[in-house]
Amino acid sequence: MAAITLIDGITMALARAMEEDPAVVMFGEDVGVNGGVFRATAGLYDKFGEERVIDTPLAEVMIAGMSVGMAAQHMKPVAEAQFCGFTMPMIDHIMCHAGRLRNRTRGRMSCPMVLRFPSGGGIHAPEHHSESPEALFAHMPGVRVVIPSSPSRAYGLMLAAIRDPDPVIVMEPKRIYRWQKEEVADDGEELPMDVCYTLRDGNDITLVTWGSMVKETQEAADQLEEQGLSVEVIDVATVSPLDMETIIESVERTGRCVIVQEAPKHCGVASEIAAGLADAGIWHLHAPVKRVCGYDVVMPLYRNEMKYMPSARRIVDAAKEILEVS
Amino acid sequence: MAQTAAAFKVDYFQFLKPDGKLVEDQQVPALAKDFDRLTELYKLMVLTRSFDKKAVALQRTGKLGTYASSLGHEAAHVSIGAAMKEEDCFAPMYREYGAQFYRGVKMSEVLLYWGGDERGSDFSGPEHDFAWCVPIATQCLHAAGAAMAFKLKKEERVAVTVVGDGGSSKGDFLEAINAGSAWKLPLVLVIVNNQWAISVPRKKQNTAATLAQKGIAGGLPSIQVDGNDLIACLWAMDKAINAARRGKGAFVIEMLTYRLSDHTTADDARRYRPSDEVDEAWDKEPLSRLKTYLVEQGAWNEEQEEELLGECKQWVQQAADEYLEMIENDPQPVTAMFDYMFKELPHDLIEQRSYAQDYAEDGGQH
Repeated sequence: MAAITLIDGITMALARAMEEDPAVVMFGEDVGVNGGVFRATAGLYDKFGEERVIDTPLAEVMIAGMSVGMAAQHMKPVAEAQFCGFTMPMIDHIMCHAGRLRNRTRGRMSCPMVLRFPSGGGIHAPEHHSESPEALFAHMPGVRVVIPSSPSRAYGLMLAAIRDPDPVIVMEPKRIYRWQKEEVADDGEELPMDVCYTLRDGNDITLVTWGSMVKETQEAADQLEEQGLSVEVIDVATVSPLDMETIIESVERTGRCVIVQEAPKHCGVASEIAAGLADAGIWHLHAPVKRVCGYDVVMPLYRNEMKYMPSARRIVDAAKEILEVS
Repeated sequence: MAQTAAAFKVDYFQFLKPDGKLVEDQQVPALAKDFDRLTELYKLMVLTRSFDKKAVALQRTGKLGTYASSLGHEAAHVSIGAAMKEEDCFAPMYREYGAQFYRGVKMSEVLLYWGGDERGSDFSGPEHDFAWCVPIATQCLHAAGAAMAFKLKKEERVAVTVVGDGGSSKGDFLEAINAGSAWKLPLVLVIVNNQWAISVPRKKQNTAATLAQKGIAGGLPSIQVDGNDLIACLWAMDKAINAARRGKGAFVIEMLTYRLSDHTTADDARRYRPSDEVDEAWDKEPLSRLKTYLVEQGAWNEEQEEELLGECKQWVQQAADEYLEMIENDPQPVTAMFDYMFKELPHDLIEQRSYAQDYAEDGGQH
């Protein structure tokens, strides 16, 4: 079993899903011959041919709309948006059709499609290549939003997303595509969606995050542990629906919570988690819930992008602030 | 001196003139003499118009929500349904009842949809047909996706979609043309050009001489027909669907008709549309010309007409009764809004469903 990166995990899951189900097709710009601009679909064109790894014209609305059409006719399209910023024209089809096809036909039709795309900043990319639009998608009824943050979760959650009978948005944290290596067996075993993954156990404070911010959050947890604290780190993994139970169970033990989010702060997933804690976890809290987020600004061009993003230092400072409250 | 890089023309077809006579200066297709088929479709056109009148009346008396009338579009719509096979896939916009009735959708189901009940979209037509599509032109890409699925699965099926003149301005329509061209999809895109996008007339939408030529720009064979002439519409649909089924790729048909009604019952076209234009359009409407033709050919008579009108009235009343019975005596419970969101409800919706149910059971007060 070889040690692989997060993006390798994605490629491995895509290949596995294509092998096990002939209805699965890749559909997007440059996904075929070129293997995707990040190489997520590398090798699939040679293995499965142009009828299953389909290079599309440059038309995002078409990619989303035709995926809805194919999914409604019993195909399983895995559509790729090349970058997060280019998903905006697709929202009409995700919001108005993918998420409601089953409901509005009382189950006569369904939409088992996946829309996957690289998300987030930190790779010195041009404008519109670095956004984190998970809250936009998480607000859409009928749509799951999954963000894997490790090689094994990339493999297991991507398989679960493709096999799911309903639409799933898979946002791939591109900054950590090649951050860590992990041994992952290509055994076809999926991992459950709709649940958080606890990355380390602790009793003094809970750090909650998802996507690329797992990196900074883990670094912050290391620093806090060096100072003698016991830190719990939770990777939300599925931001819609949200598994508040795991987060609340953790906060029942720690009484303190910092939520770390790369996206802008206002109306983000962090706000929803904080609201969930205010609702069901407030009697267990010893201190205010802190959100460490991106600012409510346009994602800056790359010279300033790391200053936009939550750093380990900002996370540690927020944690210390609430650890001081007795 | 520039050379010609490309040149195009758009053919226009009319076989049955507004006065009910066949055109004389060109060959008329054999189906003009297929009186069994034409009579059957004429009956459906009359039924569609009777249904439309009833639906508007139900709305005016507070028994139906906003309703989009199909008045004047009957030839276009019925031809679309009639040219398709059961296994083909229809992706309508929201007023093509004539096509849907032909495909087995019940009148009571159309009323359920506009009456605010999702069960209307779980209709009796082919289960692979798409439901009504309100966002405008998005259905073109769903049809293109369906066509792609048929092509990939090597099934001899065709996807057919309808867009209005208004919708032909949207990117979805143009991207569907492009997709049909790029992959040679078994796809028929029908522009039912009724001259008005709510209050914006065709002339203000763009300066192109035809809307069909948008298909040509994308590389598709594209024609224009008199959309009030059932024979022309049906001939064009047969031709396009047969070509698509034989692997010849996608096709665009622009059917020229006229929206004789308001856009929907929530609209008042008198605010923006001159009445003399509407009067002129009535002279060209599709039913009377077909009836005149069939009567003159000895395929139809006044006695049959009277009988048909009586039957239609009865069928339409029966549909209205079925609809009213369902919404009054068998309404969907509050849980119905949750039950089809996902195949299996996620934990958060299970919780919300239970909460909503508690409130609904508490004397029906939400």
